[in-house]
Amino acid sequence: MASTIQVPTTPNAPGGAPESLALSRAGGDLLVLTHVYTATAVLGLGALFGLLQALSRANLIVLPAGFDYYRMLTAHGVLMALVFTTFFITGLFTFAVYRAIPRVRSLRLGWIGYVVMLVGTTMAAVAILDGSASVLYTFYAPLKASPLFYFGATILVLGTWTVGADIFLNVAWYKRERPNERIPLPAFMATCTMIMWVIATLGVVAEMALLIPWSLGWTSGIDVGLTRMFFWYFGHPLVYFWIMGAYTIWYTVVPTTYKGTVFSDGLTRLVFLMLLLLSTPVGLHHQYLDPGVAAGWKWLHAMTTYCVVIPSFMTAFAIFASFELGARNAGVRGFFNVVRWLPWKNPVFAGPALGMILFIFGGFGGIVNNSYSMDVLVHNTMWIVGHFHITVGGPVALTFVAASYGLIPALTGRKLFAPRLALVQVYTWFVGMSIMSIAMHWAGLLGSPRRTADVTYFGAQGAATWHTASLWAAVGGTILAASVLMFIVVATGTYFANQPAESKPQFDFAPARAGDDAVATPAVLDRLGRWGLIAIALALLAYAGPVIQQIEAHAYLAPGMRTW
Amino acid sequence: MAFGTAILVFFAAVVTTSAIVDGFVPPSRIQSIDPTKVAQTPPFDRPGLHKVADRAYEAYYVARVFSFNPAEIRIPVGSRVTFYVTSADVEHGFSIPETGVNTMVTPGWVSSVSHTFNRRGTFLLVCNEYCGASHHNMAAKVTVE
Repeated sequence: MASTIQVPTTPNAPGGAPESLALSRAGGDLLVLTHVYTATAVLGLGALFGLLQALSRANLIVLPAGFDYYRMLTAHGVLMALVFTTFFITGLFTFAVYRAIPRVRSLRLGWIGYVVMLVGTTMAAVAILDGSASVLYTFYAPLKASPLFYFGATILVLGTWTVGADIFLNVAWYKRERPNERIPLPAFMATCTMIMWVIATLGVVAEMALLIPWSLGWTSGIDVGLTRMFFWYFGHPLVYFWIMGAYTIWYTVVPTTYKGTVFSDGLTRLVFLMLLLLSTPVGLHHQYLDPGVAAGWKWLHAMTTYCVVIPSFMTAFAIFASFELGARNAGVRGFFNVVRWLPWKNPVFAGPALGMILFIFGGFGGIVNNSYSMDVLVHNTMWIVGHFHITVGGPVALTFVAASYGLIPALTGRKLFAPRLALVQVYTWFVGMSIMSIAMHWAGLLGSPRRTADVTYFGAQGAATWHTASLWAAVGGTILAASVLMFIVVATGTYFANQPAESKPQFDFAPARAGDDAVATPAVLDRLGRWGLIAIALALLAYAGPVIQQIEAHAYLAPGMRTW
Repeated sequence: MAFGTAILVFFAAVVTTSAIVDGFVPPSRIQSIDPTKVAQTPPFDRPGLHKVADRAYEAYYVARVFSFNPAEIRIPVGSRVTFYVTSADVEHGFSIPETGVNTMVTPGWVSSVSHTFNRRGTFLLVCNEYCGASHHNMAAKVTVE
């Protein structure tokens, strides 16, 4: 049988598994489950804060003291962008590695990583909620948050590195034991993404090395331009970290919902390597409108950003090809027949598939944002907010939520609670996100600024056209909040209802297409360490110039301040 | 996929050509300034509108939580204005919706952007980067007569 996974996926699979393996699988299940439920709780909290903002910005409610807009905005951004996604993805990759690789080393490192992430998150969350860190998720200096916030964020990153080390050691161990075998595809995707993540987070750690002593009062001023450059060095690959997590599910899990296959092992590995190489040398496209950064460097990053779109085109092609091949195997032909045939009533399929529809529009918007001179029309407007909601809030988050409907039963052996509600949930999310992000894009084109509590500007004429779009964004946001609530009901209900499933539910990875064995894929693609070095070289090429220019400019240091 | 890549190449060619031929580049001025001494540093020691030729102006703005100085400028229709903006405290934004005027204002740096105002009316100038508790009240006016 041609399969990328040559290993039984359950402890009781034919052939039997050693007892130690069964034990480590059970422990691994608990670790992954803990990640998934942590992500679920964070999503719920983040959605509540998001709802408050959407209603407040549309002037429908007045936020109570202690829940002021910018505090809510910081909490929403940090929890959704940095915490929810990170817990889910590190959990997913831990799962991908220990399910795809025959023997698992001790899970101790994985648990340590989880605990460190949780400690960091708690520290940052306390700082945000007590009002001492209303600096938004970008924490632009010289806004000065309490040191607790910077320490917390750094510790969260160190926790992800620990999980990454666990993954790297597992895969390295596997390669040493079986030098002639390929890294199973899901483990390859996990490793590749975590290498990218470590390279990217070096930027935020460098930034923290400037911010922490400054927030403690040990240094009196800060080079604002340099901190911005370090942040966006990290800020864009962060986006690809989310996307690679979602792609892992799209390539390897979604096909199992229609008894399909991975379209091409080699193409999938190539896409992930391209993302590893190209995610980082692109960050200046977030700084097109920054003074102190030469236009030539911005242009270079515009061009590299166009390149990083290509693996996404390849993904669209491969995913749709997998749909079509699955349909053909079932004797279904013709575009509309294939679309009808796909399992739209299975939330594990419908969530990612609806996310893909959103991502098509998200991709178009992204190309607009990247278009150098065109960015001036949308920079820091609600258009950008619409863009990242239709990308990370659509395809990525919806894929993770939908995957949870497969993961939680597989990890607990329990029946999914209220499966119809789960199905309604993914469609509601799609509708809510479509309404909200279209409204945000529309508001942005009219000039409505982002990150702004109230856009009436004392009834100014120029702001009069923005209100309708704010109202529609609130409608979409309310639907989304309802959708998140449904997800939490299903996720927690599955645990507490404790209904054992008749046969153990599976959350498997799809096999390779017949005749497309991983063995045929060029072995050089698996040389992840070397690809990582090339990725570092590319990041240096793209960033050495701007960073040196920034340092040579001898920019004045700005004193920190708390303006909230 | 090939079609998509071809479109990307086309986009890259368009933005590159327009940057070289028409000068459509994002505001990227490289001029540093001490953010703690903005009030003493020319030209920001006298913020406001300065005429340089017929229908050609320079406007010096200081952004400071939570206002712009000057709060309002008045110009005749058809005027080309070059804005120079700097921050005396934190990161701000400088955006006039419905025009191409949009730039970050980073402490330690001077931002610059030019625009020709061909339509009469009162334009809203907003800070579009979060700068603190009253960020949403940070706005000014550009009146084109």
